[in-house]
Amino acid sequence: MADRAELWIFLLFAIPLVIAAAGVVAARNPVNAAMSLVAAFFFLAGIYVLLVAHLVAFLQILVYAGAIMVVFLFVIMLLQLHDQDMQDAKLKAMQWGGIIGASGVLTVVALAIQQAGEIHWKAVPESFGTVKAVGMLLFTQYLLPFEATSLLLLVAIVGAVVVAKQRI
Amino acid sequence: MTPLESYFPLAVVFALALVLGLALVGLAALLGPRRPSRVKEAPFECGSDPVGDARGRFGVKFYVIALLFVVFDIEAVFIYPWAVQVRELGWNGFATMAVFAATLVAGLAYVWKKGALDWE
Amino acid sequence: MAPYQPKSDPKWLVALTLAVALTVPFLFPVLILLSMPLAEPSGGGVTLALRWLGNVLGTDLSGPVAHDVGTAVVLLLIAFLFINFGAIFSGICVWWERRIAGRMQSRIGPNRQGLGGFLVWVADAVKFLLKEDLVPAEADSLLFRIAPYFVLTGFALTFVVLPFGHSVVMADLNVGVFYITSVTALVVVGILISGWSSNSKWALFGGMRSAAQVVSYEIPAGLAVFVPVLMAGSLSMQDIIRAQGAAPWDWFIFRNPAALVAFFVLFTSQLAEANRTPFDLPEAESELVAGYLSEYSGFRFALFFMSEFGNIWVMSALATTLFFGGWQVPGMPAAAISALKGTGAWWGWQLVSMAVFAVKTLLLANVVIWLRWTLPRIRIDQMMTLSWKYLVPIGFVCLIFTLFWQLGVGAAPGLELASGVALSVGALFVVIAFFRRVFKNVTDVRGDAIDLSNW
Repeated sequence: MADRAELWIFLLFAIPLVIAAAGVVAARNPVNAAMSLVAAFFFLAGIYVLLVAHLVAFLQILVYAGAIMVVFLFVIMLLQLHDQDMQDAKLKAMQWGGIIGASGVLTVVALAIQQAGEIHWKAVPESFGTVKAVGMLLFTQYLLPFEATSLLLLVAIVGAVVVAKQRI
Repeated sequence: MTPLESYFPLAVVFALALVLGLALVGLAALLGPRRPSRVKEAPFECGSDPVGDARGRFGVKFYVIALLFVVFDIEAVFIYPWAVQVRELGWNGFATMAVFAATLVAGLAYVWKKGALDWE
Repeated sequence: MAPYQPKSDPKWLVALTLAVALTVPFLFPVLILLSMPLAEPSGGGVTLALRWLGNVLGTDLSGPVAHDVGTAVVLLLIAFLFINFGAIFSGICVWWERRIAGRMQSRIGPNRQGLGGFLVWVADAVKFLLKEDLVPAEADSLLFRIAPYFVLTGFALTFVVLPFGHSVVMADLNVGVFYITSVTALVVVGILISGWSSNSKWALFGGMRSAAQVVSYEIPAGLAVFVPVLMAGSLSMQDIIRAQGAAPWDWFIFRNPAALVAFFVLFTSQLAEANRTPFDLPEAESELVAGYLSEYSGFRFALFFMSEFGNIWVMSALATTLFFGGWQVPGMPAAAISALKGTGAWWGWQLVSMAVFAVKTLLLANVVIWLRWTLPRIRIDQMMTLSWKYLVPIGFVCLIFTLFWQLGVGAAPGLELASGVALSVGALFVVIAFFRRVFKNVTDVRGDAIDLSNW
């Protein structure tokens, strides 16, 4: 009974997620594409909630639907590309690159699912996915990647200033 | 209450806010007049005819601010799981976060020094 | 000819209006309190209600499907009450702010519709419903239409975790505070889209400025929030309140010197995020018409407006929760209230806790309104400087200080009490000195007591 309900809720998020993701690719106007992306992020957050990943679900909304989306919108508004700019031959080449890349990713995912074989589901502990549980793992087992993240963020800051510096 | 059930109110509020908003705007569309005219639909430019395209290019400063926001937002995301269990982590946790935060403060100092925070 | 006398209601009418104004928004939390047992996780309330309904209808409603439907209906009812609370609070807040503005600027303000002009917000709502909903030519019609919903849902979603009393909260998520910061991110997206889609220069400039401002102040706000989170060791709103006490020296704001600073950082940032004066540059009417709202009319405009004023409650309630001890009742610890569960006294203490929370929140909301009519608007470069060069470094310092403080408290538990008593006594002196000064100013100017005649 509960599994059945969960499946329905999953479909409630998954189907619009795929539609929204397709909308990102299909939209002609970059702002519309960005809006589809926001919707996709939301449905994805819903799926995270279904997976009892509380922290990741809201992180998804805060960082992606909030922060990253503001950067996207700023960049779109900064550039103000018009339709004729979008018809470039370069864009055609990029489309082909995208198709090849996407099919590569799909192949890898399909192979991975095939090789995983039978999956044995385990019940997760009560505290799974809470902020505390994630923190405990992050600051013990995954300490090195965590510290490396700070360097990555530093590079991002420096990069932004270097790219924009001539204009400021 | 299972963890999943505690999220039902969230879904309900989300749906209800949308429905109420749509219903009120719809009601306003039913009750309000609908007499469009060219002048009414023109973008407001202090009474004169609009000049040029409204969507001009923007200063790159906004982009730097947005990127800084992303970086510090992600940093905040990492501080949350740390803040709720400083007591359990003790001095080790403190050292970890000190290294992490120091790197980002160095980043802020760099941006500051380069003058990217000055809005002339 | 006699000099012009403004219309003025008798004093008892003024008092009555204020009393009504106070009770209207509280009616909803009380209704929510009454419907809370229905939403009990164990489902006892729903089962009873269904049995009663089954008897009335003459059918059997004890199955699991009926139970799920019943729970959903109860949740829907509670959500409806919360959203209405937000809407009605923002309506009354508009009236209250306009009356205060009138007083502070020696004019009258709205005083025609109902006692003391109290019904002006109802009249406004009706007027918005009857207005034409314009979409500018060449605007991105779809985005222009959906932008208000981003802002509205971002605002409504915060009510899910906002506590109103000891047991009055819709869902006490374990990610509480983090959840609030993440759903408010929706508002920025709404503002940017509304600015861009309007196809108007004013709207675009306003939207960009507003987004840059909100985004800049989210960082210091986030850093300031860490101070109470560190002290409570939890992100859940109710846990943070339970970690504090009822007496001022048990509040987080006074228990730690850095928390006092962090409160001001948070409060300033919240003012900026809510686009309130002195940070109302995105809507600076003398430069940008109405910012991203320039092209909006009718009820879409009303949705933006409602969220903006409703946010005053959200920001004040958040500050009350994090720093001012929330709903903690003096002399009645949270555990003692829980122990009374099932008796009549439990309901009484629930009401008291709600009243305590509401009084604190309304006091803060009044400070927000008061600041708007006191301070001038700052420039955009000052706004950026304040956030990145002052508040962010101060936020970091508070965070580090709190860490050492917590370690110190672990060694010497008396430290918190000492700081609490010292700082709360200091705050009391500041408040007394402030009121004496105000009284002196009033008597210097008028030579008599405070005058309420323009009500």
